[in-house]
Amino acid sequence: MINKISKKKKIKADPECAGEEKYILRLFITGILPNSARAVKNINSICDQYLNGRYELEIIDIYQQPSLAVQEEIIAVPVLIKKFPLPEERMIGDLSNTEEVLKGLCLV
Amino acid sequence: MKSLRVKKSKTNNFTFPKCLTGMQGLDEITTGGIPKNRPTLLLGNTGCGKTIMAMEFLVKGIELYDEPAVFMAFEETTEELLLNVKSINYNMEALLANKKIYIEHIHVNPDEFRKTGLYDLEGLFVRLDQAIKKVKAKRLVLDSLDTLFYGLDYRVLRSEFKRLLTWLKEKKVTAIITSEIGDTFLTRHGLEEYVADCVIALDNRVTNQITTRRLRIIKYRGSFHGNNEYPFTIDENGISVYPIISQAFEQESSSKRILSGVSELDEMLDKKGFYAGSSILISGTAGTGKTSLAASFAYSVCQAKKTCLFCAFEEAPNQIIRNMQSIGFHLDPMVESEMLTFYYSRPTLQNLELHFLAIKKIINDINPTVVILDPITNLMTEGPNSDIRSMLTRFADYLKTQNITVMFTAAITVGSIERNPSDEGISSMVDTWIMVQDIEVDAERTRSLCVMKSRGMVHSNEVRGFKISSKGISLFPIIIGKSSTSSLSKRSAKEHLNLSTSKDSNKMKETSR
Repeated sequence: MINKISKKKKIKADPECAGEEKYILRLFITGILPNSARAVKNINSICDQYLNGRYELEIIDIYQQPSLAVQEEIIAVPVLIKKFPLPEERMIGDLSNTEEVLKGLCLV
Repeated sequence: MKSLRVKKSKTNNFTFPKCLTGMQGLDEITTGGIPKNRPTLLLGNTGCGKTIMAMEFLVKGIELYDEPAVFMAFEETTEELLLNVKSINYNMEALLANKKIYIEHIHVNPDEFRKTGLYDLEGLFVRLDQAIKKVKAKRLVLDSLDTLFYGLDYRVLRSEFKRLLTWLKEKKVTAIITSEIGDTFLTRHGLEEYVADCVIALDNRVTNQITTRRLRIIKYRGSFHGNNEYPFTIDENGISVYPIISQAFEQESSSKRILSGVSELDEMLDKKGFYAGSSILISGTAGTGKTSLAASFAYSVCQAKKTCLFCAFEEAPNQIIRNMQSIGFHLDPMVESEMLTFYYSRPTLQNLELHFLAIKKIINDINPTVVILDPITNLMTEGPNSDIRSMLTRFADYLKTQNITVMFTAAITVGSIERNPSDEGISSMVDTWIMVQDIEVDAERTRSLCVMKSRGMVHSNEVRGFKISSKGISLFPIIIGKSSTSSLSKRSAKEHLNLSTSKDSNKMKETSR
């Protein structure tokens, strides 16, 4: 999956949208289920590529911390929540659609 | 009395594991409740009472069977839900405080999401699991499927719905899943083969401007069930479903008797009067004295220091009291001493089930020995006749279980006596049928009375003359032919005059209507 992304043409980050703000991201996953595993790989690669050094990513396994699933209103997993910068944005799925993810992160 | 066991045919001893819902009537239709530890689908349009029925299932489960419950609300927030069920006598606060029920609102809005790839609903499962563990739930409700699956990809929906049903079975909870558009929706998506083992449909139908809620079991794998539509009601005591088959058949039949209030009529009925706890129909054309007979019965019951409920659908209570005064029944003091209670309502005021419920409520309050419905034909304007019949059957069944004697009066139109279908339907249902009519005896109209049938007793087949005077009701033998002059001559001239004037006034009444 990572290979697939790197093969793709690099999507230009929008300088206006991508300020100097630090991103706070939370990825909710369910153990090592295939969708979750893919999502972890994908988010790591996207963050490396587009948010080098200015992000804080917390990966939460709701199997381990089920109470957080209630607190954050999680139903569909995996789900990436952009806590900051505002507005809060939710992206469900394994994050394989890089363009959608960048839109959600306001990087395009 | 020896209790008779009604033999039921049994081919094998296997009983499908079922979970009693605790809802009156529903457990009878399903012969013991919904499938245990399996999901049941509850379908119906908006305003059918799905949420209430689901909640009732949980609350009854806690109250009657001590089975903790989880309610997962996708549509309403917990506060909204609590407010909505407040009108029903559930003690939600106590149940919540004692950790008997756990309510969780799951906010679903797919428009807030951006889809970036494959996903599933594992988050929902995690939350369900948590909730079940919290109260050690045995019962679970998901309300509603539509909101949960709204906006989801078809592929996800299909696989996740199937997984949800399997998962629920593994968790060993008896679940109810509500769905608004369920039937067509699931069929459209080819999901019906995975659908729950039991599917119940609710319906809110308007016939002749009157709404009736109905329930039907569409399918029930591995079990027999009632196939019909059954009316149900929602009131402050929750949900009641009314199957026509009820415990009335297993009820011990009383051999006690109750006097009719007319001694000659008692004589015709094996000299002892009606059976206590039986149903009596008095039918006749207008002005033949049906209400007077009913009032006479009520009067004699009250004189015997027993309570009576008089449900009037035609005349106002005051009018009945005044009219009966003129024939020697002083009902006023009986109303004051609360021996006699009137229920008065316009038939079209509310639907049949609500009439039935209102009367039932009074019955519970005053516990009467006798209930009189005068006249049931007025209810006929309301809804199709088959509805009336099933309502009356249920009502009569209910009264039988309470060992209450019930008297119906029915007005039939001239020329259609015995042929009036509505009347016929009811007359086959009742235990005793008395017909009053105007007959011609030697060129004179006379009121007559005969007992058409009376189950379980030797009754007279005679047609008797029937006289209403200021001293009440009395019966006399009718003699036709040559000797009739002598019978006529027996009547005093004054009496004769009275009779003809009262006839005239009757006619006047009729024309003025």
